[in-house]
Amino acid sequence: MEKRITIALYIVMLISAVLIFRLWHLQILKGNEYKNIDEHNRLRVLSILPPRGIIYDRDNTPLVKNIPSFDISVVKEDLPKDPETLSALAALLGIKQDRISAMLDTKPVKPFEPLTLKENVAFEEVARVEARKIDFPGLQVHVVGGREYIYGHSASHVLGYLGSLTARQMRMPEYSGIPPESVIGQYGIEKVYDRELRGVAGKKVIEVDAMGRIIKVVRIQRPIKGRDIRLTIDVDLQVEAEKSLRGKVGAVVALATETGEVLALASSPTFDPNLFVRGIRAKEWKKLVRDPRKPMLNRAFQSQYPPGSTFKIITSIAALEEGLISGNTSYYCNGSLYFGRVFRCWKEAGHGNVRLHKALVESCDVYFYEVAKGLDIDILAQYSFSYGLGRPTGIELEGEARGIVPTSGWKRDTRKEKWYTGETLNTVIGQGYLSATPLQMARVMATVVNGGHLYKPYLVMQPESDVKPEGRVRIKQKNIRLIKKALSGVVKEKHGTGRLADSEIVSIGGKTGTTQVVGGMTKEKELPVKFRDHAWFIAFAPADIPRIAVAVFVEHGGHGSTDAAPIAKKIIESYYKQEFKSDTKGDS
Amino acid sequence: MIDRRLVDNFDWGILLVAVALSLIGVLTIYSATRPVLDAVQKTFFMRQLYWIALSLIIFFIVVSIDYRWFMKFANVIFLLGIILLVIVLVIGRKGMGAQRWIPLGFLSFQPSEFFKIFFIIAISRYLSFIKPEEGLGFKDLVKIIVFFLAVPVMLILKQPDLGTALILFFIFIAMILAAGIRKKIILTVVIVALVALPFAGKVMWDGLKDYQKMRIIAFIDPQADTQGVGYHINQSKITVGSGGFLGKGYMQGTQGPYRFLPENHTDFIFSIFAEEWGFAGSLVLFAMYLFIIWRGFDTAGKARDMEGCLLVLGVTFMFSLYFFINIGMTLGMVPVVGVPLPLMSYGGTALLSNFLALSMIENVRMRRFALYY
Repeated sequence: MEKRITIALYIVMLISAVLIFRLWHLQILKGNEYKNIDEHNRLRVLSILPPRGIIYDRDNTPLVKNIPSFDISVVKEDLPKDPETLSALAALLGIKQDRISAMLDTKPVKPFEPLTLKENVAFEEVARVEARKIDFPGLQVHVVGGREYIYGHSASHVLGYLGSLTARQMRMPEYSGIPPESVIGQYGIEKVYDRELRGVAGKKVIEVDAMGRIIKVVRIQRPIKGRDIRLTIDVDLQVEAEKSLRGKVGAVVALATETGEVLALASSPTFDPNLFVRGIRAKEWKKLVRDPRKPMLNRAFQSQYPPGSTFKIITSIAALEEGLISGNTSYYCNGSLYFGRVFRCWKEAGHGNVRLHKALVESCDVYFYEVAKGLDIDILAQYSFSYGLGRPTGIELEGEARGIVPTSGWKRDTRKEKWYTGETLNTVIGQGYLSATPLQMARVMATVVNGGHLYKPYLVMQPESDVKPEGRVRIKQKNIRLIKKALSGVVKEKHGTGRLADSEIVSIGGKTGTTQVVGGMTKEKELPVKFRDHAWFIAFAPADIPRIAVAVFVEHGGHGSTDAAPIAKKIIESYYKQEFKSDTKGDS
Repeated sequence: MIDRRLVDNFDWGILLVAVALSLIGVLTIYSATRPVLDAVQKTFFMRQLYWIALSLIIFFIVVSIDYRWFMKFANVIFLLGIILLVIVLVIGRKGMGAQRWIPLGFLSFQPSEFFKIFFIIAISRYLSFIKPEEGLGFKDLVKIIVFFLAVPVMLILKQPDLGTALILFFIFIAMILAAGIRKKIILTVVIVALVALPFAGKVMWDGLKDYQKMRIIAFIDPQADTQGVGYHINQSKITVGSGGFLGKGYMQGTQGPYRFLPENHTDFIFSIFAEEWGFAGSLVLFAMYLFIIWRGFDTAGKARDMEGCLLVLGVTFMFSLYFFINIGMTLGMVPVVGVPLPLMSYGGTALLSNFLALSMIENVRMRRFALYY
């Protein structure tokens, strides 16, 4: 008997040893591992979204506003599901009862996770729901970050819009560490400066029980607000530019000649970025994308057009600088020129004897055809490139078109053909293969009138000391004076093509351009809109010491002189009225 | 009435450690069921305290009665137990898929808890009565199985309460082995068992209820279904493991009150204790349980007669089995079979039955010196 008791004791000791070994294995050897699992069990990390940086215009007028937006949700485990409660809830929220029932039947990811019933609820409705919340256990109102674009459709191509993080973006390193529920910039400044604007999300660590109910808040790490951004845009000028484009398809770019600051950058038609903040509805998205006038396209620099006669400025400079012509060189215009084929002047009757001044003022084509005969296309291209054509300006926003500056090499590469001088005749008047964006043409204007300094256009305010020209283009002071005088003549003189830009407030200079969309001499008004010519006007003011350069482009707008010039005048006048206002304010 | 020498021979060690363990149990129940969001503390710990008080009273009453008196009425006690098992099947209250409780007004109790002790008394009495000189023979074995084992095991399986039935079976085996059995029979049983295992296994598996099958599957592969049955085993391991060496500290455990670990104040009370007191605390707890078990075997060796010896061995086996199976279960080494931790798990009947078992050890130990008597 004793022996058997001893054996029993040994067995007990053996089993105990096994259990203690197992205990040691769980608690000591794998203790930390289990501690982690345990924390994972009960700790949830919620992110606190940071307030997004505000975007201001150059005078610190806010263009966007962070507005709380409200979602109404329900913890369905807490909500009584009798028909009376459901129909009362349906009435309160203005949702059909069977839709509420259907939503309640869809299974949420976790128990006790709130189920969103209605998004983007107006404040009055929130107040109504809050007042009656006690009747509906489980009903909650959530505050979600929202963004309001104060000026609605204005500057939408510049500001861009926000949207949810896409699946692709979630995997990209520049968006790492962003809470997946964030909305981020998906277009425009909002996208390009997202890193600055978005700030750093805070964290809230909460302890939950097995049913997901919050027990307590363990730790809060406050979010860091995003950086504010000040644009170079003048919102009043921007609004004015958009107003003058209303009903038309086109773009307006206004640059400060001495810095490259973009004072206004308008593209028409435009869109309302407010639609995107909380996820755009499919119907609205389709409407935007299918609109034949492409409201999402930023015509200021995302698409390129033949610059037409506005390009004659570059041709003139190239010819002057290369010594092909002087101010006194004269050609005779009888309405057309034969060079392998007939090249027509826009004026059938012809301009008679034409010197450079008159050629620019009245936009005589034959004069430039004559110049073209002696101008090597590759030399002209060099001038074009140096004035910023044929390459992106480097503005902060995405999707910039480069434009085309044809060269003999370019033609060889793309068309497998040699360059014909006849094509140079087309090029010098801004037709043919040549194309440019309104932004590029505004820069050409600014560069010519500021003494030849090529600045990179920019939208986000920089310290003045950081603003340096990219380079200086080749142009003699003498020739600048010559060109400026001619461009003033375009507006001032009796036969100037830009007479409609003449202003009583400020002296304006500029150049019109009318780009043929189809060949032939059919009367414009008889053509369907899509075959009508594009209208250009690039301008500067004031004539003596220019401070603003403007490019106006109207797609199928008809004539530069009648359709684009008045718009440029309005914008420049608006700019000067403001200058005048702020100047007198400063004086008093 | 009570002999002075009996008082002198009273072993305070067993009682003190047992009371200490049951109080640790109350503290752990308190922590495991402490309110988190609801403002009110659940009253489990209070009820457990009442049961401890009741158990102590019964402990002293039983200790004061000579165990040989119980032995005299062993058959009556056994029959009474059988009757209770029948009653529970007829009027018993159902709970968690089984009919185990007899309602008694404000409380209810599980007759099968007490039956194990009645069973041990009866077997002890019978084995010491036949006094097998050269070990139990085949005939003896069949008789004991027919008289004592078959009926209660069937009644308990009918509830169904697989855990208790198995424990009864194990106690039976242990006691037969302790009393001595012929080597030839052991050999035969082992061979027959090995041959029959595949068939018996199939029959037994088919006889299991679905939830019992699930528990066994979950035990073999807890990761197979971490949200279902495997959840329990996994959460228990997490609870124990997260305690580390020193534990999270008393009232600092989270797995219980946040209800990640079900059954936290009953069968899985050890997990909660290990979470809060760590490896160090668990070792102390082990030491206390092993002290009681050692005291049991020590008493069995010193018992003045075979009846006492077998009685003490029986209850010590029972106590050890509960302890080992429960701890093995919480550590994920044994399938979840619903066996409480002696003295600590919440549950009045089990607590009382454990004190009753300990009172048997005390009873025999006090009266071990036949000379003075």
